[in-house]
Amino acid sequence: MANQVKAIILTGNGTNCEMEMAHACKLAGADRYDIVHISELLHGEKRLSDYNFLNLPGGFLDGDDLGSAKAGANRFLHATISGANEMLIEELLKFINGGGLILGVCNGFQLMVKLGLLPALDGNYTKQTTTLTFNNSGRFEDRWVYLKANEQSPCVFTRGFDVVYYPVRHGEGNFIPESLAVSEEIERKNLVVFRYATPEGKLTMEYPANPNGSTNAIAGICNETGRLFGLMPHPEAFLHRTNHPRWTREDLPEEGQGLAIFRNAVNFIRGSEF
Amino acid sequence: MADRIEVGFIKDIRDALGEKTKKRIGENLNLPVAQVATVEVYTVDGGLTVAELREAAAGPLSDPVIQEYAINRPMARNFDWLIEVGFRPGVTDNVGKTAREAISLLLGERLGARKISVYTSRQYLISGSITKIDAERIASDLLANDLIERHQVVGKDKFDFTNGLPAVVPQVTGKNEPRVEQINLTNLDASALLKISSEKLLALNLEEMQAIAKYYADPSVVKARQKMGLDENTTDVEIECLAQTWSEHCKHKIFNSRIEYNDGRTKKIINSLFKTYIKGSTAKIRKAKGKKDFCLSVFVDNAGIIKFNDKSNLVFKVETHNSPSALDPYGGALTGIVGVNRDPFGTGIGAKLIFNTDVFCFASPFHKKKLPPRILHPRRIYDGVREGVEHGGNKSGIPTVNGSIVFDERFLGKPLVYCGTAGIMPARLNGKPTHGKEIKPGDVIIMTGGRIGKDGIHGATFSSEELHAGSPVTAVQIGDPITQKKMTDFLLKARNAGLYRALTDNGAGGLSSSVGEMATYSGGCEMDLSLAPLKYAGLQPWEILVSEAQERMSLAVDPKKVDKFLELACKMDVEATVLGKFTKSGKFHIRYGKKTVAYLDMAFLHEGVPQMKLRATWKASRHREPTFPVPAHLGKALSKMLSRLNICSKESVVRQYDHEVQGGSVVKPLVGVANDGPSDAGIVRPVLDSMEGVVVAHGICPRYSDIDAYHMTACAIDEAVRNAVAVGVDLDHLAGLDNFCWCDPVKSPKTPDGEFKLAQLVRSNMAIFDITTAYGVPCISGKDSMKNDYSIGKTKISVPPTLLYSVIGKISDVRKAVTMDAKRPQDLVYILGETRDELGGSEWFAQNGAIGNNVPQVDAKNAMRFYRALNKAIRAGLVASCHDCSDGGLGIALAETAFAGGLGLNIDLKDVPYRGKKRDDFVLFSETASRFVVTIHPRDKTKFEKLMADHVVREIGFVSNDGLLQISGLSGKTIIKEKIGKLKDAWQAPLNF
Repeated sequence: MANQVKAIILTGNGTNCEMEMAHACKLAGADRYDIVHISELLHGEKRLSDYNFLNLPGGFLDGDDLGSAKAGANRFLHATISGANEMLIEELLKFINGGGLILGVCNGFQLMVKLGLLPALDGNYTKQTTTLTFNNSGRFEDRWVYLKANEQSPCVFTRGFDVVYYPVRHGEGNFIPESLAVSEEIERKNLVVFRYATPEGKLTMEYPANPNGSTNAIAGICNETGRLFGLMPHPEAFLHRTNHPRWTREDLPEEGQGLAIFRNAVNFIRGSEF
Repeated sequence: MADRIEVGFIKDIRDALGEKTKKRIGENLNLPVAQVATVEVYTVDGGLTVAELREAAAGPLSDPVIQEYAINRPMARNFDWLIEVGFRPGVTDNVGKTAREAISLLLGERLGARKISVYTSRQYLISGSITKIDAERIASDLLANDLIERHQVVGKDKFDFTNGLPAVVPQVTGKNEPRVEQINLTNLDASALLKISSEKLLALNLEEMQAIAKYYADPSVVKARQKMGLDENTTDVEIECLAQTWSEHCKHKIFNSRIEYNDGRTKKIINSLFKTYIKGSTAKIRKAKGKKDFCLSVFVDNAGIIKFNDKSNLVFKVETHNSPSALDPYGGALTGIVGVNRDPFGTGIGAKLIFNTDVFCFASPFHKKKLPPRILHPRRIYDGVREGVEHGGNKSGIPTVNGSIVFDERFLGKPLVYCGTAGIMPARLNGKPTHGKEIKPGDVIIMTGGRIGKDGIHGATFSSEELHAGSPVTAVQIGDPITQKKMTDFLLKARNAGLYRALTDNGAGGLSSSVGEMATYSGGCEMDLSLAPLKYAGLQPWEILVSEAQERMSLAVDPKKVDKFLELACKMDVEATVLGKFTKSGKFHIRYGKKTVAYLDMAFLHEGVPQMKLRATWKASRHREPTFPVPAHLGKALSKMLSRLNICSKESVVRQYDHEVQGGSVVKPLVGVANDGPSDAGIVRPVLDSMEGVVVAHGICPRYSDIDAYHMTACAIDEAVRNAVAVGVDLDHLAGLDNFCWCDPVKSPKTPDGEFKLAQLVRSNMAIFDITTAYGVPCISGKDSMKNDYSIGKTKISVPPTLLYSVIGKISDVRKAVTMDAKRPQDLVYILGETRDELGGSEWFAQNGAIGNNVPQVDAKNAMRFYRALNKAIRAGLVASCHDCSDGGLGIALAETAFAGGLGLNIDLKDVPYRGKKRDDFVLFSETASRFVVTIHPRDKTKFEKLMADHVVREIGFVSNDGLLQISGLSGKTIIKEKIGKLKDAWQAPLNF
């Protein structure tokens, strides 16, 4: 029997894309798509272990006041779950080790990177080795970008992807690895999932096609299992053709290109691989 | 003792903020510097050990991949000038607050009994050969606002490279010694009463002071007061509360005044502009609509409510935050946006917020002349306001979908910052309609969200001379979007669970307004100010009552549900405090502890203000009619027009606002082949599994009030409506908001021309009535800001009378929406609507140094008929693109349609239906209202023309693929032949920073 797909969309303290992310899970066919406030986890009312697809939506955790998602990561690392003798991070690691999928978009990606969930080289999920920091332009920008998928990537969310078009909406999307060694390992293991590209799919460092100046034009990465995936652009903002900035002048399929990410996740969980 | 943690970038890591600062120093101050680096400083007060400080620095406060830190020693090296900017005591420090929470969580139980505070500041390390005076200028004219921030400038020679700067704790020093002042108003003469009003910054006039004195002289009032331990004296709590409640801001005294209007031909008495024209027009429209009336709550709540569909309602409000934005552009605008968010949020049972709008009026950012005292440079206002709205909107997760920026030199005196927010609410919740408010006696008063400080007490009347080292800054406030987001997340849950009965926001007047207004539903209240949570000690009872500290909502909660409500708040990490209860005593009863500090009759508080009696005298102004010749090169003229500030692209601002969050974006502010054409209106889908959309648009044209505020207003309304029509709104489902920003229209020695300015206001209101009733677009809410003048010494600058008309409507199927960009070569180009030589107040005349007299006049009845026909054509899918003609007229609309579509246009001006003086430039640049440029596919020609047969509609050319805008003039000669790329460059260049 196929697995039930139980998606949790975690909110609170400044996230703001939870509604459309839940909608994406719903359209992709998830059996459950619960928007859960982090306080419900911290009070033991909801448990990560009841889910198998964790969505970390975009937003501004704690205002990104200490750098994007920094204070949010601090909460994940140090908050305890009341009533249970457990830290939130322990529950998160159990979720990962149990084979759960995690998708972090924008601020969710920043959170994953600052916690160390990505790239988690050698399976170390709490050591930060890369960062997402201020765009080279020094400004927040909302614009659509082309992304070229890496066919060699183990990412389960992007199977069958080539070039897609999503919006970015961030001020801190510049991906920087801690060292050349980390950078090389990310490349060698094909952990890069998406790179900013020209419409034809050629990677680019040119602004604004590359909106932030990311190292190697990196827009999204996964871990070695391919089950943890973070990206700066917003697939959940392109679920219908009317989201496309040029839908009034181009012939587009009814479904937006963002949905495929969620559908791949759902199919992966349903399938025997999980 | 406090400690300093400094965080800077590792060598070779790009310091984007430093680079941006360097660019701004060059652009704004014209000072070339070689390099700017930044260091974040956290001053931690609370006795942490060095190991703990290190843990905090290495943990939440720095990013190990790109940053390094130092504790009690400086990161600064290699600079010529160091500028450190931090907040003054009591100013909202959002980053400091987040840092404190993060460190507290990090240390957990190890913190023990220690209480920590964190204060942030930032160092700018400047390299370059500039003088100390230059460095001071950078500090005070760009990096720091002395009103709310302190700065230090240190040269490398004077800097202590071992110890760095000493830790400074900008703490508010105050003690809790509540005092209530008694003020005797009986037997005071006029000048003594006025003295009290002015000394206490009450802004109450003589009649109002006398009304208050009379109230306290009433023996029955005194008797009732004595039972509460008070006497015939008014308390400072009461007089402050009355001043707030009776303020122009809250009571709209000018709009409700009795006006004797004389326009030279007719005289009439107007008993309240608001009732006569605004409420009056809405009532007339609703009556005419009959069963199709979609209004649910108008003028009675924080925002207007209309029906969206059977399941949900739309809520919309636009506010202004002008004076605070003049003093502190960033904080003022940030507070403007998060403040207006609370209006729809606090309307009815509460609404989920779905979009923001913003319209700014500034002086030119390139202003070169000397600035009058205490006026910030317009570029600084532009940058600060833009950033404030960016942070307020983006961090709240509300898309900013519509707006504009209007320029006029007179906005130097006061910038106008309009911020709007719409929300959606279920039509019924827990079995009841949601658009009304109900409060029962016995319901508990709860305040939730932020804490109370001295923020915004007496708002902008506060003068900086009263500042001293330990006193909090009350003049301006800085919003905290995340505290508000946490609060709104919590309250939406509480709403859905039915945990409260009613809510309203704390804005102007603070608790005195919010609880005072809510108490009218039950018939009274009793509240204890000593229970209110404070940011710091030292607030007097009256200050607690009227403080405008942000991010707070007041609620009425059924006593049976109080525990559940508080429990949910606590769980979601939101502060909520019981302050008292609603009663039916007829009294506004305020205690501090056990002691009664205010005891006012509700009826007096809310209805006791005397009506103002004013005179308005209209005299038509006559301007010189310009005589300049038609320019030889109209292509160049068009280019120049595209570069005018009121016409050029605002893309750099738009891009910095998230206009797509919530996932329902349909028509974005930027459209076309390269995603950079100027959209006429915004459309969002607030419910993601439905194709129903919400349309939002606006109109604003202050230049026309130089000729007649009636036509300024008529044109603004028409512009708003036609923008909504252009994208395909359902014309029978469109409502409006009126936001007046006027210069003081009350005649006084300071304002000798008050009667004329009031007449302008009267005429503007007349236009609201005439045009909205003709269009069937009712006003559902609005606001007026009546004192937009600058007056220091001999300099007086009054803003031009400005009406912003915003519209919200429905589109049943967003897939029928149309955008303004030309779509395909060979499509046919039409102009809809007659063009007349109406260049008075136009951009073309302004470019030629004139105002003129023929201001555009709206023929609303006729326009509505053809808007309906166009609407039909759009719904039938016959329209490929539709763009309204506004600033710069047909010429600009054509150029924008062409370059947004990346296509050329071939146009013949002879085909343009035109009445007036035959000049090519007049046909091109006249700003006649109610016109569109439309393109259609040739196959739809017959159908389209048939639908539009009864109207002034003419084919004037076709879309080409040669990339040229080619226009032949009235004589048949080619008058314009320009590459669209070049025209677009001219349009994009001016504000591309």
